[in-house]
Amino acid sequence: MRIELQPRLNPPRWLGFAAPVAAVAVALLIGGVIVANLGKSPLDAFLVYFVDPLTQDWSLEALAVKASPLVLIATGLCFCFRANLWNIGAEGQFVAGGACGGALALATHGADHAGPLGGSWILPAMLLLGILGGAAYALIPAVLRVALGVNEILSSLMLVYVAGLGLDYLVRGPWRDPAGFNFPVSVNFDPDATLPTLIDGASLHAGVLVTLLVVVGAALVFSRTMFGYEIRCVGAAPRAARFAGFDEKRLTLLVFALSGGLAGLAGVMEVSGQIGQLQPSISPGYGFTAIIVAYLGRLQPMGVLVAGLVLALTYVGGEGAQIALKLPLDVTKAFQGILLVCVLGADVVTRYRVRIVGRVMA
Amino acid sequence: MNPDMIQLVLVGVVTAATPLFLAALGELVAERAGVLNLGVEGMMVMGAASGFAAAYLTGSTLIGALVGTAVGALMALLFGLLTVVFAVSQVAAGLALTIFGLGLSGLVGSAFVGLKRDAAPHLAIPGLTHLPVVGRLVFGEDYFVYAALLLALAVSHGLRRTRAGLVLRAVGDNHGSAHALGVPVRSVRLLAVLFGGACAGLGGAYLSLSYTPFWSPEMTAGRGWIALALVVFASWRPWRALGGALLFGGATVLQLQAQAFGIGLPGQFMSAVPYLVTLLALVALSLRRRAGSVAPAMLGTAFVPDR
Repeated sequence: MRIELQPRLNPPRWLGFAAPVAAVAVALLIGGVIVANLGKSPLDAFLVYFVDPLTQDWSLEALAVKASPLVLIATGLCFCFRANLWNIGAEGQFVAGGACGGALALATHGADHAGPLGGSWILPAMLLLGILGGAAYALIPAVLRVALGVNEILSSLMLVYVAGLGLDYLVRGPWRDPAGFNFPVSVNFDPDATLPTLIDGASLHAGVLVTLLVVVGAALVFSRTMFGYEIRCVGAAPRAARFAGFDEKRLTLLVFALSGGLAGLAGVMEVSGQIGQLQPSISPGYGFTAIIVAYLGRLQPMGVLVAGLVLALTYVGGEGAQIALKLPLDVTKAFQGILLVCVLGADVVTRYRVRIVGRVMA
Repeated sequence: MNPDMIQLVLVGVVTAATPLFLAALGELVAERAGVLNLGVEGMMVMGAASGFAAAYLTGSTLIGALVGTAVGALMALLFGLLTVVFAVSQVAAGLALTIFGLGLSGLVGSAFVGLKRDAAPHLAIPGLTHLPVVGRLVFGEDYFVYAALLLALAVSHGLRRTRAGLVLRAVGDNHGSAHALGVPVRSVRLLAVLFGGACAGLGGAYLSLSYTPFWSPEMTAGRGWIALALVVFASWRPWRALGGALLFGGATVLQLQAQAFGIGLPGQFMSAVPYLVTLLALVALSLRRRAGSVAPAMLGTAFVPDR
């Protein structure tokens, strides 16, 4: 018995939508088996994970707030992955952006803002610093690859650990709130350094709108610009792209700066809109989960928007399941991994006809 | 420093190097066959969790090591199915396995957090192990270390001097030609991937059975990734991987020693040393090897036979 793959020349359009849905369904089944093995009812778990968060205002807001960084990072990753460049250090770029933007919030903390602008310049400057910080951090592996041929997968990943340790040092050391009873956190950001909420008294902050704008922009760049075409071309047919005269080095630097910048923006919006101060750790693994989001969204910005909401659901539901069912948070992580395996498996069916053939004489 | 203290430090270097070396050795074989397995970290951490669980329940280090190895191979089977049989992107599938392994190991190990057991037994040869200066270093390591060295001998000999090794390298260097010569490309790759996963699982089990006598969540702390970098650093040669692993083991021990002696740098800087050394090693290697790559030519590309 042998498994044969026949490439589909024109995959039907419906398959592109059906495959991710089927992947989620299969992942849910496997997740159910794991939950049952832990001695809980899979149906209860399904309700707590995937239905309860959709029924209340506060949890819907939490969903949007958690989806925002995932979608933003994953949108950037679409550019990289489409071009067959592997930036898997988004987690580190997220931290770098949060730290750079946060540094300005700490530097201007409690200062009097004279002059016509007052303190209104601080927030835009923070967002800009976040973008620049993330982009600069992503350019390290990009430059090493372009100039020296260093493998970008390994270098970008090593920098994740370095960024995490760096923030840990800053928050426990020079940036610690002197009046904070020795807790390893910075001071709370001033209102001038905090993203406004969209509804009074709610957790939904303006960063969600920024994310939506970025997604729409990214979708347009992909489908309507030469830059988008170059990326698709380099990824799908590198030889043809070289003959067409596309500069691979320039493209590498650009997509890394772009994805790092978006991850940095997500980081600074997280500290300024959600956390409100700097902590030793500012991400529950958004940078890695965003990789799943990018693939579930079929490496398209609009798809990423939907996929980000699905993965955010596992975070919000996972917190609920911890309280209601005493299921450990590791269930969420394991489920996310299973989901990515299923998404990749489903992708096979869209790209190939899979045939199982009996042993035949050649 | 007196000679016995130096020996103690060197024993520490060997202990820190062994899990890296085991995982790198396995990954090296997989990469020589043309498969880039980014799931090493996930396979290691699963090996650590399941190895400790099995050893704790049965009271046997050997069974723990075997279970860790088997679980690593099982994860590799899933990876092989995706990448070798179904031609999924190796980068994406490897990341999936790592994320999955980190989550699942937390579940498997959750019942064992905070438990301790005796560390793996060490070799003891009367008269030799108690020799001054070199006794413990040469004749008093734990059994994993000797097993790793034997494995390295086998891999080195197998790759260079046997027909199986030739076939494996052919598959990694040109799968099209290998296929045309009648080599079952996908079967060879699947076996290489399984071997790699088994080694990663064993390396992980070493962490929870010998390196430390307990399990803690995400205890691999990026060692799987460092092992991947080691393979590049070693130019895909087994004995160079041993040298590299000792170098990284040295960096780890240096960091611990510096913290113990209270050198003026903050702890976080010292903790970052192994990752920075990895990065620097990759850069240094690229500087030296500008002319051409020695990587297996088919590394990372899926093989889909057209007939």
